Amino acid sequence: MQFVKDRFTYLFNSTKGLILVAIAMIALETALFGMLSGPMAELGVRDVVVKAFNMDMVQAEREGRIIILYHSIAMAVVAIEVYMITGLIAMKAFYRTASRVLITIGYLFAMVFGMGFAYWGHNWALHGLYIAGLTLIFFSGVLLAIGIWPWEQGSLRTDKAYAVTRKGLDLERAAFFTMALATLASVLFGAVPGSYFGNGFETFLAENIIRQPHKTLLEDSIIGHLHIMLTLIAIAITLIVGRWLDFKGILHKIAMPLMIIGTIVISIGAWSVIFVAWAHTIIYVGSVMVMLPALFLVIFGWDKFIREGVAGIQKPTGWQKLKALLRDPLRFGPLWQMVFMNFTVSGVGIFMAVKLDEIIRVLPWREERITLTGHWHILSAIIATIILFYYGDMIGLKGKLRQWYGWSIIILSDIAFGAVTLFELKRLFVSEAEQQPLVNILMLLADFGLGMLLVILAMVMIWRLLDLFRKKGRWTLEREQEDLSTEAK
Amino acid sequence: MKHTFWTLSLVTMLLASCAPVDLNAPVPVYTTGVDPQAWSLIPAGEFLSGQFNHPVTIENDYEMMVTPVTVAQYVDFLNQAMANGTLTIAADQIVGFYPGDEFRGVNHEVEITPGDYINVPLDDPASRFNYDGTTFSVNAGWEHHPMTNVSWFGAWSYCGAHDYRLPTEMEWEKAARGTDGRPFPWGDEIARNNANFYASRDPFEDMGSFGSRTSPVGFYNGGTYDGYVTLASASPYGLYDMAGNVWQWMADVYEGQHYRYMRGGSKDTYEMDLRAWVRNNAAPVYYSPGVGFRCVRNP
Repeated sequence: MQFVKDRFTYLFNSTKGLILVAIAMIALETALFGMLSGPMAELGVRDVVVKAFNMDMVQAEREGRIIILYHSIAMAVVAIEVYMITGLIAMKAFYRTASRVLITIGYLFAMVFGMGFAYWGHNWALHGLYIAGLTLIFFSGVLLAIGIWPWEQGSLRTDKAYAVTRKGLDLERAAFFTMALATLASVLFGAVPGSYFGNGFETFLAENIIRQPHKTLLEDSIIGHLHIMLTLIAIAITLIVGRWLDFKGILHKIAMPLMIIGTIVISIGAWSVIFVAWAHTIIYVGSVMVMLPALFLVIFGWDKFIREGVAGIQKPTGWQKLKALLRDPLRFGPLWQMVFMNFTVSGVGIFMAVKLDEIIRVLPWREERITLTGHWHILSAIIATIILFYYGDMIGLKGKLRQWYGWSIIILSDIAFGAVTLFELKRLFVSEAEQQPLVNILMLLADFGLGMLLVILAMVMIWRLLDLFRKKGRWTLEREQEDLSTEAK
Repeated sequence: MKHTFWTLSLVTMLLASCAPVDLNAPVPVYTTGVDPQAWSLIPAGEFLSGQFNHPVTIENDYEMMVTPVTVAQYVDFLNQAMANGTLTIAADQIVGFYPGDEFRGVNHEVEITPGDYINVPLDDPASRFNYDGTTFSVNAGWEHHPMTNVSWFGAWSYCGAHDYRLPTEMEWEKAARGTDGRPFPWGDEIARNNANFYASRDPFEDMGSFGSRTSPVGFYNGGTYDGYVTLASASPYGLYDMAGNVWQWMADVYEGQHYRYMRGGSKDTYEMDLRAWVRNNAAPVYYSPGVGFRCVRNP
């Protein structure tokens, strides 16, 4: 009994244990439900999985199923971010514990019961528990926001190397707080229409109504919701990486106020999609304001890695600087992914916006849908890889293992993201009739990259599982490592 | 040695992806026994429309072509229309007059003024017909395949020239799924041999080179072709190819939109797009090897 109790305490009562459980749950869900679409469907794997697991796949409910599927994955990602934030930022023990408990129960309910409802028939009790899970996650967010209140006594920062006001207000903490508050408000823009459309699976995917010239208030609300939620998840991970890499100095002082104002502006922009036709202008301004801090973080981080790597060398050459920059893939990886994102997500998005009527809207809607879904799949996956880099560091990967793990994630994911980006834009350089060989190679590269990433993740998960059976396994060490801020690099 | 292997593999893959596709690769020729000249009566009345089965009533009876318009049928039309001057050649395109649409200046709306618009391109290697400077002819083997690479204007011209018209979305949907709310013309589920869709492993596709190609109209009628067994996949009103093979242009011109809508999914889409309520749209000048049409007429 003690054996089980100790492991349970580690998995559900420690920062790193909670993160491990959430990553494992996402890995399991991705592995199982990833077999239902794309190349797996083409190869006939989907039919086998549907039969083996006795899934109930009613054609008219496909969109509803997908909405629950990605909400359940997103909730686990949000949970990981909450664990990281509560592990990095000082707060009262009650708020840390309460927000963690609520979000853990919440995402597990949302995942288990939501997927049960979506893929195994309409048991409305399961749907109720799914909604209960989402509600618990919301209240976890409320407690988190209270817990990281920037004016909390004892949270004032005296170190002038960081962004602080004259009165000692920690602007990084304020940025986390603003993000949490904006997330809570943005949730409502999905929850309200969700309650309406979700009644009886009468729902839609936003990309399916993109060309409708007149959208209803609730349809606009959904579109605003999905954009801002992914943006806020990205803002959260940027702030987390900043904390992990001990972001400070002049760039930190410029970045944090920008991040706070940018978060507010971009959120207002996304919400105002419902009310004003020029909401995109607000969003563009907000986007620039939140992307600049990310750029400053990249500049700070790369400069720091180079300085550390060439310490002791009097006049380092360019090659030595490059080696220094690349010597630790786990710290280089998140910042590189933020740069790479500009080629695969931001760049494509800006191109589409500029050339929308001239190129994109001449093509069938289906082609536009491919670019839209590819666009946000890549952004979501980039966030996932950044979490994996941090997790790799968190679990103490060292030496060659650290190099292999880190570089594998960078190379494999970027091959996949690059291939998907070219696939999205293929109509610009190949005709429909002549596209098949190119589609084949791009799909092969994307599937290879993502497939191998999942294999690496599976290997880490198996290692962690086996570790749990060891009396003095790594888990015993991690059980004590509650405060992630002490591990800032 | 290990590096050489991986480099060679990568180069081979990249070269394979750049290899030209033989658009004129031989196509298997089968007789389906389904008459492309046939029509089917769709009675007036209520049916369940859209993904969530909302009742919609169609006021009048109408007849719809049992199959999409074939290449042979369209080539006959091109020869007649060129002879009587309704269609002309302009810069590698066959163009015809369209009287234009009301323009409301809605965001992203493009004005369609009265004028000549492309019906079919003359220079597209993926077209299944040939023009020798005086006469149009069908490329051998493609006679009974659906006409493709035809714009919405080209479909509109064809139907109009015969005193037919393009179907509205509601007319098309009722003809495809009948009145019982089924998602596919034949029922609730889809198998690979129900219809021609992406990677459906039909005798006309080769995913290693040219990918998916059209199948002759009425191919999925329960017949067996060189050992390939199809399922009887007609709609409740006896219409073929109402799911897959080619997207089909619809008549509707919506207020504030220049887009023209398509239904049915195609050889190039996954089965989710073959569900009867799924819509696609494009500018009316758009043409593709995966887009065709059929007409309706009043009985």
